[in-house]
Amino acid sequence: MSARPIVTLDGVTKSFGSFKALHETSFSIGEGEFVTLLGPSGCGKTTTLRLIGGFELPSSGKIGIAGQDVTTNPPYRRPVNTVFQDYALFPHMTVAENVAYGLTVRGATVARSDIPRQVAEVLEMVGLSQMGGKRPGALSGGQKQRVAMARALIRKPRVLLLDEPLSALDVKLREVMQVELKRLHRELGITFLMVTHDQTEALALSNRIVVMEAGRIRQIGTPNDLYDRPATPYVADFIGATNLIEARYAGREAEFDLITLPGGAQLRRKTAGNGGFHPGSAVLIGIRPEHLRPAAGDNLVQGRVVDTLFHGDSIRLEFLPDGATQPAFAQLARGSSLSADALLPGQPIRFAVAPEDVMLFAKVAA
Amino acid sequence: MKQLLWWQKGMVGFVFGVLAFLYLPIVVLVVFSFNDSKVTSFPLSGFTWHWYQAVFANAQMLTALKNSLIVATCATGLTLTIGTLAALVLDRHDFPGKGLFRNAILLPLSLPGLVTGIAMLNFYKQIGIPQSLTAVVIGHATALLGVVVSQVMARLAKTDHRLLEASADLGAGPVETFFRVTLPAIRPAILGAGLLSFTLSFDEIPVTYFLTGRDITLPIYIYSTLRRGITPEINAIGSLIVLVSLLLIILSVGLLRDRK
Repeated sequence: MSARPIVTLDGVTKSFGSFKALHETSFSIGEGEFVTLLGPSGCGKTTTLRLIGGFELPSSGKIGIAGQDVTTNPPYRRPVNTVFQDYALFPHMTVAENVAYGLTVRGATVARSDIPRQVAEVLEMVGLSQMGGKRPGALSGGQKQRVAMARALIRKPRVLLLDEPLSALDVKLREVMQVELKRLHRELGITFLMVTHDQTEALALSNRIVVMEAGRIRQIGTPNDLYDRPATPYVADFIGATNLIEARYAGREAEFDLITLPGGAQLRRKTAGNGGFHPGSAVLIGIRPEHLRPAAGDNLVQGRVVDTLFHGDSIRLEFLPDGATQPAFAQLARGSSLSADALLPGQPIRFAVAPEDVMLFAKVAA
Repeated sequence: MKQLLWWQKGMVGFVFGVLAFLYLPIVVLVVFSFNDSKVTSFPLSGFTWHWYQAVFANAQMLTALKNSLIVATCATGLTLTIGTLAALVLDRHDFPGKGLFRNAILLPLSLPGLVTGIAMLNFYKQIGIPQSLTAVVIGHATALLGVVVSQVMARLAKTDHRLLEASADLGAGPVETFFRVTLPAIRPAILGAGLLSFTLSFDEIPVTYFLTGRDITLPIYIYSTLRRGITPEINAIGSLIVLVSLLLIILSVGLLRDRK
């Protein structure tokens, strides 16, 4: 992150009664970034967003926005605006009134006579020019979503907070709105902070992703970082699927880590330096399904076919690596060299994996 | 439409019978108010405005009507203000004894007015509120709180709390949020509870009877003149009240529909 920080969390925690929704958390967001808080429900991502929006006050720690300490400020004294999960449009107002709301509140500095022009402008920007007179009840999900965006953006916030903005839309519309979000972010140059549980959405939209689990940040990085160099097995499995196989660290040889698979075979992993593993220690290796190539050769994972699932453009093959207790998955291109007979359940199968595609993690006691 | 069976026709007939039983007395009341005769019985003996003129010439009755209107208006205003605030607090905050409070506030509605009246008379004397129309207003407003609190709370429970957050997010302070978001959302409940409170207060006898001093309200006046039999004058004022109630109902239905 090179831009100067616009949002900073410094040692922020949040408890609800005895439940710790957010453990001590510090991170900052750079001006103009598109950052995503990603994690399963209950991981603390929405709490973090609500703390920044001012809807919850932190139990401890400090929150700064645009250089100001806003830790105890109410929402109406923060230079941020929110797109709510279910939009929270005012049902008794028209679309235009909803959008104008943020300019008509007491203390707004916009001239009354200028409001209609600004409303028209922002409605135009989200592609709803004709809808100003309608009530929210008469709109489709995607249109409501756009109104919610327009209503938040008209205040020209320093940071736009988006709480699961696309989760209520169907798949097709979601893709359209993803493109839309990306366009708005690019055109407006405003910082976007989005909460989502959908990793594909996070990967597609963000400059950086904050992966959260159980009230803690697990890793912060660009989509590429997280995908290629996940810090923990959790992140590896959450960002794109990953096969995790229990194994044993065998030692180092030149630029390779040597790992003994449960079946006895040895696998090489190419890294710059030893991650501090001792020979003989229990480890987890991670291999992404698309990195398993059905081939003979070197650096092999062997097992037996359990089942195959036809996915249209690809075949998802479930197999049990020799000696492993959990099945693993491989993604095969259609028309791969394997014959139909070779994919029958129980057939032995082997996959080659490039040494640079093997991920290695310390095995944490469950 | 489908042909009804004989017993279905019977049931429809029964329903219309009930409706007639409800409304015929009112129709008769209105008819007699225009009947040119001192005795209110059939056969009718011609049309007259006389009884309406008599109403407007009867100073005592007009004073009683005025008192009733003052009491009902003040009691409704007071109970709406306090009840709405109470409902907002109950809806937004949790505190020990909340459940008890919610149920306790409904109790005066189900207690006989006789009991409430005596209890209030005693208590108000102790704390120095003399028997007066003021006492009646306070008594009515207190007893009617249950109507307002329960109606407004039910409406608030159906209102999305995120609307309030959205309003704050867009720069509105709590007071502005109340007037621009909360109030429009609970308006139907307030209107409904207000109409009901007004009607209940307007024709309330027992509590009023105990708490009022020398001032009398319309129901008490009518009740006291009944000793001399139903006069056509009473039919006339009754008809006027029916007319006003009808207008109020039409008005409220119109106001509520407009916002859908």
